[in-house]
Amino acid sequence: MKKRWTEYGMILVLLLLCILFSILTLKKQGAMTAAGADRLVEKIEKARESDTPIFVVGASRTDSAEFVGQVAERLRNRGFTEVTTVVGTPREVRQEWETLAEPAPVLVTSGDAAKWTALAAIQQSHPTLEIVVPEERWQSDFLKRTNLVAIVDRIVVIAVIAIGMTLIILTGGIDLSVGSLIALSAVLSTLLMRSLGGVDGADWVIWVGFLAATLLCGAVGGVGGFLVAQFRVAPFITTLAVMMMARGFAFLLTGGFSIYQVPPSITWLGRGNLFGIPNTVWLLALLYLGAHLFMQHTRYGRYIYAVGGNEEAARLSGVPVKAVLVFVYVVGGLCAGFGGCIQASQLSSGAPNLGMMFELYVIAAVVVGGTSLSGGSGRIFGTLIGAFIISVIQNGMNLLGFDSYLQQVVLGGVILAAVLLDRFRQRGSVRV
Amino acid sequence: MSQAEPKVPLLEMSGIRKEFPGVLALDEVDLTLRRGEVLALLGENGAGKSTLIKMLGGAHAPDRGEILVDGESVEIRSAMDAREAGIAVIYQEFNLVPQLSVLENLFLGREQTRWGVVDRKTEVAEAKKWLARIGLDLDPDRLCGELTVAQQQGVEIVKALSAEARILVMDEPSAVLTGGELERLFEVIRELQEQGIGVIYISHRLDEVDELAGRLLVLRDGKLVGERRVDETSRRELIEMMVGRPLEKEFPTRVPHIGEERLKVEGLSREKAVRDVSFAVRSGEIVGFFGLVGAGRTEVMRLIAGADARESGVIQVDGEELAIRNPREAISAGICLLSEDRKSEGLVLKRSVIENFGLPNLRRFSRRGWLDQGKEQEEFSGYREELNLRLSSAEQRVSELSGGNQQKVVLSKWLARHAEVILFDEPTRGIDVGAKFEIYQLIHRLADEGKAIVLVSSELPEILGLSDRIVVMREGRIIGEKENSEAVSQEEILALAIEEETP
Repeated sequence: MKKRWTEYGMILVLLLLCILFSILTLKKQGAMTAAGADRLVEKIEKARESDTPIFVVGASRTDSAEFVGQVAERLRNRGFTEVTTVVGTPREVRQEWETLAEPAPVLVTSGDAAKWTALAAIQQSHPTLEIVVPEERWQSDFLKRTNLVAIVDRIVVIAVIAIGMTLIILTGGIDLSVGSLIALSAVLSTLLMRSLGGVDGADWVIWVGFLAATLLCGAVGGVGGFLVAQFRVAPFITTLAVMMMARGFAFLLTGGFSIYQVPPSITWLGRGNLFGIPNTVWLLALLYLGAHLFMQHTRYGRYIYAVGGNEEAARLSGVPVKAVLVFVYVVGGLCAGFGGCIQASQLSSGAPNLGMMFELYVIAAVVVGGTSLSGGSGRIFGTLIGAFIISVIQNGMNLLGFDSYLQQVVLGGVILAAVLLDRFRQRGSVRV
Repeated sequence: MSQAEPKVPLLEMSGIRKEFPGVLALDEVDLTLRRGEVLALLGENGAGKSTLIKMLGGAHAPDRGEILVDGESVEIRSAMDAREAGIAVIYQEFNLVPQLSVLENLFLGREQTRWGVVDRKTEVAEAKKWLARIGLDLDPDRLCGELTVAQQQGVEIVKALSAEARILVMDEPSAVLTGGELERLFEVIRELQEQGIGVIYISHRLDEVDELAGRLLVLRDGKLVGERRVDETSRRELIEMMVGRPLEKEFPTRVPHIGEERLKVEGLSREKAVRDVSFAVRSGEIVGFFGLVGAGRTEVMRLIAGADARESGVIQVDGEELAIRNPREAISAGICLLSEDRKSEGLVLKRSVIENFGLPNLRRFSRRGWLDQGKEQEEFSGYREELNLRLSSAEQRVSELSGGNQQKVVLSKWLARHAEVILFDEPTRGIDVGAKFEIYQLIHRLADEGKAIVLVSSELPEILGLSDRIVVMREGRIIGEKENSEAVSQEEILALAIEEETP
């Protein structure tokens, strides 16, 4: 029972955090769901003829944008012919309204747009105008689809790199260079895209750029791993040196500027969708599943645990210790390189100052996920949970309007708590 | 002991009870220790000896029961409390900081100061006095990490004495010592005894108990099984008390079937530790390696197993010369080494039993890298039964097992490897009597299967009881070789290992 708790304790923590933030961000607000749209359209249908002009308004970059589409589609399906939709800023909505030949008698709005003063002004000049809003429901900001996607988008780079970091930490090592490798990879891939055609480049240019940058970062990781394995240089020092060099190269290559000349479809990797699910979700699912299978169901995974648990015993059992060490640092470099590509895709650009301090967030995710810094014990899925705990806490605090400095303090506290939990867990299982 | 014995014993523990989650480690245990007495504490691993002495050292607190020193109740919650009560515990793993000097270790936590600054002069004088008192000739400025195990133990004893301990508890002090060093330790203990210090001595070696102790206590499964005078207790009776069942004999019998030469080593050398070592082991033969600690036995085994690189020398298995540059190559040539230090070299303590079992065999248990865990489990359960491994599950962490079961896990992983040459380095160190016998039987069986066996041991009876041939090493060289028979005596072998000149 006790073992259960410690094994799955972090999942529980994550669930509790989600529940907590779901409750704390509960607000009475217009229900912008498909069902909400149905009810709203029914209400209009009962009161108005089908030839009544209807003006549907929503704020851009929020859930209401999608809602506007849903309402308009339903209205047209019910036979309403004069439906105008506007999604944009209050100013844009106002301008659109002015261009109408004759003022529409019905205005439908939702979400943030319902509170705009611009609408109040329109209402004042047209007293007969009926403004229809969806009925108010208790709804949690945290659980909105857009918010959940935002959580994943925000953590995807860290979570991907944390896979490599988990392997490295399992061998008792550490890799401080991953933050700099993000920048190096983003800069290299975008530079390559620029020289292969820039904005007008074909899609394959993107993939060449990403592949080359990722492989190069893997090679950089391998060099560090070789120094660690062959000459027994402390991983902390080796990767600290690599961290400085990689960052320096990123700045040297770009002269300190960002690279924007990339094909627009670069955003597909980090912001696109596949079968209605964001690519970032697919990426995390596939990479983590692969890493889990590798660690638990292949001989090499066992080797990694053994080297971290007791290097000498592993060597005497015939484990190729040096190869294992080089391997994990290569994987660490590949993950960091790929993370840099995702970052470049999300930003549609590469810059030498990307990924600053990311190594610390990555290490934090691994440690919060229950992997012991002394090596030999930990789980891949633990790291995923660790990454999400960090992301959920950041997101929740943002939604609740916490000061960003205070967020840092809280995150620091969470990491300490995780390390303490790890200590208690070890004490619990090793009887003295 | 010339003074009249006061009525109150030096140390009294009564009704001690300690429960860990799921285990009753100690149940109503009583113990008394008088001034100037050596009390032997015996029992198989897991009997509760360690838990009992950890209470004296302040590492555990009893759930129930009382500890009295000089008739006064004391509460020992920390190492500091123990020191104040006049108790010093020397654990198997020494509490010395290897990076600090002897002097710094001796006064760690109770530095002698003047005006808040460490008073080196007083400390050096004090240290020299105590070192001389136990006859340890040691420069107090040497780093503890550089000392031999025996010297480190000496430093621990001096540390205890200089803290004015009157109760000295020693957990298997002899496990790391051989011949001469052991004699010195006994002398020191006898001297302490005369000064009225009470000693609790834990050991698996019954010879030592006979030689040293006046009284003995036997624990089994956390309960006190008996308290006896040593001179009134036979060896057999003692073992039966510990094991809880009648035992036939210490070593199993066997008729050797010796065949072709399998392992042949010629001119093996590395620095000063191993010099020009040559020997051979035949199929079905057990060759015992004896020598003092530091004689180079372990080093020879490590060279053969590829754990260290050799400077020169040829290693042949079944007539074929092998390169052996690392353990992998040795293992694939069919040579395996059961290291003397199973915790740091034999096992990955943090991982599960099954993972440790699989480690050298993963190539066989996997196809294109993918593990066949069913096959692994299946093979393991065979060995689990065969070796009488006691586990709650194969997923259990190795660190949770007793010494004997840990050694069996190491055995299982090498047995599954089907090695033809097996080097046992101190296979029964720190293992209880029952498990020892099982390991002896297994060594016999492996020999009968035609494998070539090397047995390194510091326990002469073990060497004499198991080997077909005995090789004696001193200062990195082989200085004698003897076919084993009834006629070979302990004295003869020991003399060979110690003496400069042997007739």
